[in-house]
Amino acid sequence: MGFPHESHQRETAVLSQHFGVAEARTLDGWKKRGGYQALEKALAMAPADIVTVIKDSGLRGRGGAGFPTGMKWSFMKPGDGKPHYLCCNADESEPGTFKDRELMRWTPHALVEGCAIGAYAIGAETAYIYIRGEFTEPLYFMEQAVKEAYAAGIIGKNAMGTGKRIDVHVHKGAGAYICGEETALMNSLEGRRGNPRIKPPFPAVSGLFGMPTTINNVETLIAAAPILMKGADWYKKMSLSNPKSTGTKLYSVCGNVQRPGTYEVVMGFPFREFLYDLCGGPVSGRKFKAVIPGGVSVPIQSMEEAEASLMDYEGFVEQGSMLGSGGVIVIDDAQSMVRVIARIARFFAHESCAQCTQCREGTAWATKILERIRDGQGAMEDLDTLMDISENMTGKTICVLSDSCATPIVSGIEKFRSEFESLIQGRKFHPVLAAVA
Amino acid sequence: MINLTIEGRPISVAEGTTILEAAKQVGVLIPHYCYHPGLPVAGVCRMCLVEVEKAPKLAPSCATTVAEGQVVHVHSEKSLDARKGVLEMLLINHPLDCPICDQSGECELQDYTFQEGREDSRYREPKRFNPVEDFGGDVVYVPNRCILCTRCVRFMDDVAEDPVLNVSERGDRALIGKFEGKDLTHAWAANVIDLCPVGALLSKDFLNKARAWELDRAASVCPNCTQGCNVIMETRENQLVRMRPRANEFVNAFFMCDWGRLNYRWMNEKDRVDQPMLRQNGALVVAEWEEAIAAAARLLKGKRVFVVASPMLSNESLFLLTQIMQGGSGTFRVMEGDEAPLPGVEDLALRRERAANVYGAEALGFRKSRDPLAGLGKGDVLIIAGEDLDGIDAAAMRGAGETIVIGSVMPHGVEGPAVVLPIANFSEEEGTVTNLRGRVQRFTQARQAPGLSRPSWLVLGDLLGAIGKQSSFFLPSQVFDQLAATNKKFAGLSYDTLGFKGLPIAGEPNKQKTAIAVGAA
Repeated sequence: MGFPHESHQRETAVLSQHFGVAEARTLDGWKKRGGYQALEKALAMAPADIVTVIKDSGLRGRGGAGFPTGMKWSFMKPGDGKPHYLCCNADESEPGTFKDRELMRWTPHALVEGCAIGAYAIGAETAYIYIRGEFTEPLYFMEQAVKEAYAAGIIGKNAMGTGKRIDVHVHKGAGAYICGEETALMNSLEGRRGNPRIKPPFPAVSGLFGMPTTINNVETLIAAAPILMKGADWYKKMSLSNPKSTGTKLYSVCGNVQRPGTYEVVMGFPFREFLYDLCGGPVSGRKFKAVIPGGVSVPIQSMEEAEASLMDYEGFVEQGSMLGSGGVIVIDDAQSMVRVIARIARFFAHESCAQCTQCREGTAWATKILERIRDGQGAMEDLDTLMDISENMTGKTICVLSDSCATPIVSGIEKFRSEFESLIQGRKFHPVLAAVA
Repeated sequence: MINLTIEGRPISVAEGTTILEAAKQVGVLIPHYCYHPGLPVAGVCRMCLVEVEKAPKLAPSCATTVAEGQVVHVHSEKSLDARKGVLEMLLINHPLDCPICDQSGECELQDYTFQEGREDSRYREPKRFNPVEDFGGDVVYVPNRCILCTRCVRFMDDVAEDPVLNVSERGDRALIGKFEGKDLTHAWAANVIDLCPVGALLSKDFLNKARAWELDRAASVCPNCTQGCNVIMETRENQLVRMRPRANEFVNAFFMCDWGRLNYRWMNEKDRVDQPMLRQNGALVVAEWEEAIAAAARLLKGKRVFVVASPMLSNESLFLLTQIMQGGSGTFRVMEGDEAPLPGVEDLALRRERAANVYGAEALGFRKSRDPLAGLGKGDVLIIAGEDLDGIDAAAMRGAGETIVIGSVMPHGVEGPAVVLPIANFSEEEGTVTNLRGRVQRFTQARQAPGLSRPSWLVLGDLLGAIGKQSSFFLPSQVFDQLAATNKKFAGLSYDTLGFKGLPIAGEPNKQKTAIAVGAA
């Protein structure tokens, strides 16, 4: 639902239907709404059958990469004699993204249930929920929910009386963006500095504490319960465009729209209608100029691209961007793209873990150039330098933070070059005047 | 075995080998910073990126293992561009203060920038600045030159197992930090200076002493304990200014301890005996070498010989002494200190016994004693060879006969030696020593001996000839050949077979060491 606004009739509230209902946070309230039935059903199934259902549903990772969840779970080989771990990536730090925050605030038991199902499906007895340090409110509700679930015997040594052990731990991060990268998250959980690890080995082979590990986003894990209850076919049918993208997706909308908030729509929903109908369009007197559809790591879309996009993994790629985490940032004509991009670059420069040369130096260098241009001290060759630095920052590092910094820079310069040029040539950009004109 | 092609050269290597190591085997050096064969792989500098055909992205060759049929391009346009990019990034915040940097001339940042970097920089912003920090021990940190390769951090964490260093801060503010209240006081900590590929970690001892290109270098063995770490002795204007480890996977991997490294000044000592001397009318006067040797030979005739030798002397010299003293006896003493192991490398430590050739002296029949003069008989001719007798009660010498000093300094407490034969010290001659595991290793001459001093093997060879024994040695290798022919333990060895990594004497295993840190990673 378009939380905190009234739900829009074209939304499909599956995961978000209990947003705003405080009672759903408690165990009793959650059970009243059908909670933990999916877990009960799952524990009666063979783990491999759960994986099959998830595979059939077409559920893909909601954290950004869109890797098929069932396939990821099937990498965990049962009976290898090693302890398996499930990590839930609740370190939602991508600027513009706050869907997991809402999920954990309003439906913490849904995540406990999702973690328990996931852990059982991959043969793990322990699940860790790694929650972002700044998420104090979601942390409180998650801890409450885990406590309640333990007390009720839903999780623990004898989960739901089945004799199966499922432990769920909530671990609070210290507020580093990079700890949302899966291997950095594992390092951080182990008590090390949150630096991404070189892959291979992949987490399914050697992850947390060197053991086979699966790591899933909050939204992905929560989606497992309704899929088990209603069946893979039900989920698969929720697809308006490409059959490879199924189900519903939560979008956090922020920026210059009338109704920012968290929306849930079916995969393949037209982005144009999403922006103008559900989100209410631009504020009075202004026009949309650009959209970042999936958190600041994805390429910036021009309005032509955005309006032609269908909201699924393939749809956004066709229009020059990516679905990413579903963090929609809408930018109107009162904003300077140079300011927006400089601010994004500064974020990445601040959050770079400092391991790889291109990222450590490149993010900071690009930021300095962008801020110089923003302050009217730029030169034309700076744009070429920025493009070249970005090229050096792409595809050459351990993780994709450096690529993520380069992406908005490259797409921004390519699509809004005139704004850069006019600042460089001394034609000051006045957002307010532009808005009036 | 895996077959692949690197820069057009076919090669077959063991499974699990990295592309970087495989490339070394075909003579291709892939530029790198964070990779070091003695440390766990980090894969962070991104300098060693190479193009692997059919791979979507450039591969970090230090962290990518070889695969069957792989075709690797090290110097293709794509990989060169990537490295050029890394080099430019590494230099944007670098102060470019090569003219005042100790690392200049042996700096990998300099080398690779000259080799394949950009000729200019596009960086127009202010550079980051951090003050110089004393890391304790022999180490000083210059953060502005640091490229964050983390070799030092990994050495302290995984090899020394004394986590003192860390990466502090993030992004371009990052620098190497030291944990609160800790210093680089570990007995092996100064290795971080050698490991540092740039001028960020410097030796206080060597600070501003010399430029790299002014140094002369000699392959040697550290004389300061029985471990026998392989070293490079570096001299400037005939003064030893630095000792650094030389890689030998059978002895010291890539490392040496701080005590050994910094204990070189005694080899530069100035209060030397540098001319042959004879006693005339109760006073020592300068003599010709021939006269002095002849005089020493006359003294030895028909007498029992008692030798107090130094365990710093080479196998060659100790062997010649045994030939000279036939029927007599030989003793030596050895200084002692605390043992200090390097946990990350098997059987590597600063040893308790602080001399190079304790094993060799014992193998050649010298008796180890805290009181080396004990057993000196009445009327014995005493030869003091390389021993300074510091701290030894000289009273025991009074009952003895004449004393012959063969040394580089005048021993303490010797009253009126009959003959003084000046010899070169450890850094001034060539020879072999035997380490505590029985490994015979060559060392070469790093400095010129002062005055008329001669190499010990040459002096002792002449003396052996002068007392009527077979002796025609023109090279230390010939003395060694004679030793190998005479002593079963050294049988089969020669300078040629020893090479510069040495070989064990008969009965000792020739075992390559596992670097525990690397094996575990």
